[in-house]
Amino acid sequence: MIKKILIIGVLAVVGLIFFDLFNAYQGNESLSKTANYYAENGASQVGAANLVTAIVVTYRGLDTLGEVTILFLTAAIISFILKFREEDFMPNRSVRVTSELLDSAAQVIVPVIFMVGVYIFMNGHLTPGGGFQGGAVIASGVLLMIMANPNFGVSHKVIAVVESISGIAFVLIGVLGIVLAGGFLDNTLLPLGKLGDLFSAGVIPVIYTFVGLKVGAELSNIIGTISHVQNEKN
Amino acid sequence: MEYIIISTGFALMLLGLWGILSQKNLIKIILGFTIFNTGINIVMVSIGYVRGKAAPILDVIKPSEAASKIVDPIPQALVLTAIVIGLGVTALMLVYVLKLHREKNSLDINSFKDLKW
Amino acid sequence: MFIAIAIVIGVASLIGGYIAIHHEKLSVAVIASGLVSLFASIIFLLLAAPDVAMTEASIGSGLTTLIFFYVLNKIRQRND
Repeated sequence: MIKKILIIGVLAVVGLIFFDLFNAYQGNESLSKTANYYAENGASQVGAANLVTAIVVTYRGLDTLGEVTILFLTAAIISFILKFREEDFMPNRSVRVTSELLDSAAQVIVPVIFMVGVYIFMNGHLTPGGGFQGGAVIASGVLLMIMANPNFGVSHKVIAVVESISGIAFVLIGVLGIVLAGGFLDNTLLPLGKLGDLFSAGVIPVIYTFVGLKVGAELSNIIGTISHVQNEKN
Repeated sequence: MEYIIISTGFALMLLGLWGILSQKNLIKIILGFTIFNTGINIVMVSIGYVRGKAAPILDVIKPSEAASKIVDPIPQALVLTAIVIGLGVTALMLVYVLKLHREKNSLDINSFKDLKW
Repeated sequence: MFIAIAIVIGVASLIGGYIAIHHEKLSVAVIASGLVSLFASIIFLLLAAPDVAMTEASIGSGLTTLIFFYVLNKIRQRND
């Protein structure tokens, strides 16, 4: 009983705070000062048609590096907690039989899914999308492969190689920006090109490709670990 | 329109908080966390909305007149990263639940009293 | 027109959230929470944020729901 009263009390206080915030909200008629700067100078300084990409990769590139690190840490902790023994991979564990339809369809669809994922992160600076969305699409392709064949193990060696190479390349491009251009993750390392072309916006397509590969590898690792953990015997 | 959407976001946050506080099942508590997360993201994006403006993509809009024709791109960039981190945190919580379920063979939060005083 | 869509989507997502928290069957609750994410991605589209809408639809609604189902499956296997 006391618990219920406490819950209602907490909800009332938080609701009051939210109501205050809602009352203070006026709606915007124009951009704030920072956003105005990005909107006016984004096209000439960065050369990306998609301003969200320009902010994520160049203006706030350090945030993205930190975020990718957090995702890497999460995947590592999950693998650490759910560590499994060698006999879990023995073929005699009981797996359900998948239908012929799913098995055959997966072989046709999975390459197309991978291609869509690569398309999404290659065009991140022109259209909506980018490394994170493309990585999620690639991870869903891996998920389909696991569903079609439950014995399919996500190779940790491949994932480790892809993840390390793309992570190191991301940092290396950032450091090269200090040496050759204006600062960490400066994208004028390569020529900016014409606004709207595939090869434009400096190093943004390169960085977003590495981010997409890294995110795809990390999400595939999480899915593979969770789906392959064997139930311990009592 | 943005007033309706921002109130939806606040209502989802309250709903998620209520679920976190009142439910006994660990999976239900995590569902409360994800709903809270969605509500926060909706509120953050709607703060950056500017009435009647287009998305911040300069394909038809000329770069010279961009400042007067697009919505605020900064909250969108922040929410983009927040969603991805949300997936990582949710997966981590679910894995802890899996491990806890192995210890006590139960999903009820009242059966985990080892650290209760 | 947009106001009507916003009201319908907002009410639908609140109903989905209520079901996600209060339904007895866990699988129905997980599906309802995925539905909330899907409605949220439509809301992001209304707010002129296509990037965020794509992320929410693929990650928030797709992968999160599937990870929930994997974990539910593991727990059910153990209870049998």
